[in-house]
Amino acid sequence: MSAASSSWQRGVVRADFPILDQAVNGHPLVYLDNAATSQKPRAVIEAMQRFYERDNSNVHRGIHTLSHRATVAYEGARERAAEFLGAADASEIIFTRGTTEAINLVANSWGGAFLREGDRVLLTEMEHHSNLVPWHLLAERLKLELLHVPITGDDGLLDLERVDGLLDAGVKLFAFTHVSNTLGTVNPAAELCRRARERGIITLVDAAQSAGHQPVNAREIGCDFLAASGHKLCGPTGIGILYGRRDLLDAMPPFLGGGEMILKVGLSASTFKKAPQRFEAGTPPFAEAVGLRAAMDYLDDIGREAIFEHDRELARHARAGLADLPGIRLLGTPDGAGIVSFHFDEIHAHDIVTFADQAGIAMRGGHHCTQPLMTRLGLDSTTRASFYFYNTREEADRLVETMARIHKFFTG
Amino acid sequence: MDHLSELYQAVILDHNRRPRNFGKLPEANRVATGDNPSCGDHFTVYLRLTDDRIEKVAFDGAGCAISKAAASLMTVSLMGKSVAEAENLFREFHHLVTTGEADEENLSDMAAFAGVSQFPARIKCATLAWHAALNAARGTGDKATTEEPV
Ligand SMILES: Cc1ncc(COP(=O)(O)O)c(C=O)c1O
Repeated sequence: MSAASSSWQRGVVRADFPILDQAVNGHPLVYLDNAATSQKPRAVIEAMQRFYERDNSNVHRGIHTLSHRATVAYEGARERAAEFLGAADASEIIFTRGTTEAINLVANSWGGAFLREGDRVLLTEMEHHSNLVPWHLLAERLKLELLHVPITGDDGLLDLERVDGLLDAGVKLFAFTHVSNTLGTVNPAAELCRRARERGIITLVDAAQSAGHQPVNAREIGCDFLAASGHKLCGPTGIGILYGRRDLLDAMPPFLGGGEMILKVGLSASTFKKAPQRFEAGTPPFAEAVGLRAAMDYLDDIGREAIFEHDRELARHARAGLADLPGIRLLGTPDGAGIVSFHFDEIHAHDIVTFADQAGIAMRGGHHCTQPLMTRLGLDSTTRASFYFYNTREEADRLVETMARIHKFFTG
Repeated sequence: MDHLSELYQAVILDHNRRPRNFGKLPEANRVATGDNPSCGDHFTVYLRLTDDRIEKVAFDGAGCAISKAAASLMTVSLMGKSVAEAENLFREFHHLVTTGEADEENLSDMAAFAGVSQFPARIKCATLAWHAALNAARGTGDKATTEEPV
């Protein structure tokens, strides 16, 4: 692993990503929108192409050779995902369309079966809309009450002193993000889950931003559910992972109904398979699972600890450079993940992002699907740079230089 | 940087920094908001409408340089216009920001928005306040968003 990390740190790894080797608006592309989606290494693109060229066939149902191969590949990806996320067994891994669908699955299936009018669900002020809206819908349907752990301020940390009191207020489920996509905050997931577990409260960890960027082990975190998206960890779109503790999954009713998930179907009623198949109605994303597996192999070859250190180092470097710009408001802390969010009073995020794009830098400006967090911070939008292991220190420098030029252009 | 200086022309930077008719209009009898849910830009447009003529117009809210300057220049150009004239002006403005071509002299300073056509993602910014203003003028609703055709 150390041999691998010494080679990727020299930038060799960039050659694995065909997309990075291009000019955008006349400048070498600097891709700093990794929190939205990551780029794909050749290993992933080729694994999917090989699958389509040799093995493609629907899984589970078929008797023929290709169907067998596709089934082995799909179930192999499930085993690999179990290992990647620290599940006890592959049967605790459900493939979904992404983090969003995984959370909706838990809200509808677990929530629908085990929550009652007046029950409380605890979330946080820094959640992505995908960990808010499914609970809004459920709360409306079941008349639940939603509570939120506040953040402390611009440093974007959860107010940990408030957690116990909130958990004690009759909470049945605590759903929170591992890493904030807007602030880069790394929440102490194991500690939060321990406090919930002591009170018999079910936990869901949104690992969309962490699973591809740091070691994530569901059993060490001690959560009941954990959700992630393939496309944010070098894998394809259209596939995500829900980890669920086996005993919980076994007690949960289906989410979507259809083929694949049934034991026996009559005209008016049906019975269902066990988890995970119970939760995978219809033709699953099996080609995507092949790509996702290649992505997990690729990331673990590099090492997610090394990736985390690299991302964080670049974010710190960029932060230090940006801090010198007059009037900048930097959010989050240098102890977060590889995400830097900032705001200028006189310059709107979309003007910054348009300007940066003309310099070949891909970034994001807006509310980042965290409107309540923006409201809490008193902002409409921020500009966000999010790093990954294929980004370099030179790229972080280009970000800072370009921001300095933008600042001059709009205020100078 | 050529496209950029076309997009952010001096007139636009000026109206962004010093928006005209910025603030509430106490005597307004028509008010509508414009929201762009994808970026959070939001403006309120206030009209004093008498006999189908826009006597006074003002706006407030927050947004990017393009949306704010467009709102500001819009208020300047709408002053004293009839609702029908406002509709025509918007048609010309919309043509300008989507194609880069101005076919009328009426646009005057607003011709500075020709560069927006090179940035398809920013067309909504340039037209946000217009949608709100036309809603207010026509009395067709007090809320405009970029997510529905107005
Ligand atoms: C923290 C967080 N949660 C959830 C999501 C939703 O992921 P997806 O859109 O892949 O379902 C995202 C991605 O934008 C995210 O950053």
